[in-house]
Amino acid sequence: MASIRLAVPKTAQSGDIIEIKALIQHEMESGFRRGSRGEVIPRDIIVRFECSFEGVQIFAADFHPAIAANPLLTFHMRAEKSGRLLFEWTDQNGETWRDSADLEVI
Amino acid sequence: MIRASLLLCVFAISACQEAAQPSQQSALTIEEIRSGYTFLTAETQALQDDPFANPGLLWVDRGAELFQSTIAGEASCASCHEEGLHGVAATYPAVDESSGVLLNLEGRINQCRTQHQSLDALAYESEELLALTAYIFNQSHGLPANVDISGPAEAAYQRGYDYFQTRRGQFNLSCQHCHTENWGKQLRGDTISQGHGNGFPAYRLEWQSLGSLQRRLRDCDTGVRAEPLPFGDPRYIDVELYLAARSQGLALESPAVRR
Amino acid sequence: MNKPGLLDRRQVLTGVGGAIAIAATPLPAFASQEDLDRARRELFGDRLIQEGRVTVKLPPIAENGFSVPLNVSVESPMVADDYVKRVAILSPRNPLPNIAQFHFTPQSGKAVVATRIRMSGTQAIQAVAEMNDGSLWSGSMETVVTLAACVVL
Repeated sequence: MASIRLAVPKTAQSGDIIEIKALIQHEMESGFRRGSRGEVIPRDIIVRFECSFEGVQIFAADFHPAIAANPLLTFHMRAEKSGRLLFEWTDQNGETWRDSADLEVI
Repeated sequence: MIRASLLLCVFAISACQEAAQPSQQSALTIEEIRSGYTFLTAETQALQDDPFANPGLLWVDRGAELFQSTIAGEASCASCHEEGLHGVAATYPAVDESSGVLLNLEGRINQCRTQHQSLDALAYESEELLALTAYIFNQSHGLPANVDISGPAEAAYQRGYDYFQTRRGQFNLSCQHCHTENWGKQLRGDTISQGHGNGFPAYRLEWQSLGSLQRRLRDCDTGVRAEPLPFGDPRYIDVELYLAARSQGLALESPAVRR
Repeated sequence: MNKPGLLDRRQVLTGVGGAIAIAATPLPAFASQEDLDRARRELFGDRLIQEGRVTVKLPPIAENGFSVPLNVSVESPMVADDYVKRVAILSPRNPLPNIAQFHFTPQSGKAVVATRIRMSGTQAIQAVAEMNDGSLWSGSMETVVTLAACVVL
């Protein structure tokens, strides 16, 4: 089970550009390392991150093995109305992890 | 290549020992005691200080969930420790009164599991044990280590001290040689720290993960080309006790970020 | 004559030679500037890339290449008719030239992103931004990656 940490302001003024942070626990095994017996440790990475607000994509990222373990992303969104942010990470095998946060625009 | 240059560097330190510089010291004074934090770059310090992005907090979060959760119908940790465990981790390692054995926090957690929760002991470096240890250590964040080295703990403290002073491995170096006598000097790209354990369990960039103090001790032993002791070995718990006492009032920082 | 249980000279030499060959071979063939250029062409074709509008921030010295803080910002109003579509992060020295690609929308508000990356050695990381009008802009920054004292892997 992967731990996820999200930092989204609870409230914002209409028109504010808010900062969003998303952190997920994942080894991001690069596929370039060897184990103690010299065997190559197989690649196991998250390849895609998407953040959407009420069904509209705000920001997305494609990851390669050079993204550090436990990937951290800081990005932004223009707040215009209240609603729910959805966060989704997908690994190379299609497994996904999701979380959400609510934003109130006042 | 990397291995070869490492060998050269460590031999350089060994050679320093032979030269017996007069300024070398056998113990740290209160005034000069410094956390490993002070040897980090500003960016790594900022990562540790970030209340959101410090990756060690992923384990603290998980530990908080585990602490509350009921497993296989057994009582949760929280059902006994309703008020949490503020300041408790700072007193470990400590001698268990019933058995007379010195336990570190990992050992104490496993004792709770096996004696009071009818659960299996967790393996060292398992996600669950790291998470619980980090969660409980985090409740002593900012407090100094407060271990008892008198009475039944005195012998363990002495054994830990002896381990720290004893030359070992192909490099024939003791912990003391790097972390008391040569801290502040450069070893390749690193500045040698004073070797305190006050940040552990810590997120090490090299591990790309959280890890226990014993994992760090095993890395040090491997670094001087000695056979590391198995996880949970009583001799490492003795060293943990000695290190806690040696850190003389440094605030606990777990989950710290280290190189 | 071979005594059972003992290695003969040839076996020992082959073994030692093999061990040296393994130890001396870095696992991945590291990327070069040509690999970076090829990766960039695959992403953006042969279109003109202008320098500017893109700022890459890295620490001057990274004490461990496993986790280096990266911040990329692109000058843009980020409105419906003028925004940054995507930014590719490229390495001339990692095992693979592609590090990440970030996709923005006008709702992103500003084209600023931060993450942590792996860097196998001292190098200049390049960021290439594609605007919604198809124009391409780039920026880069070099970081010194130091070697740890006691490498235990």
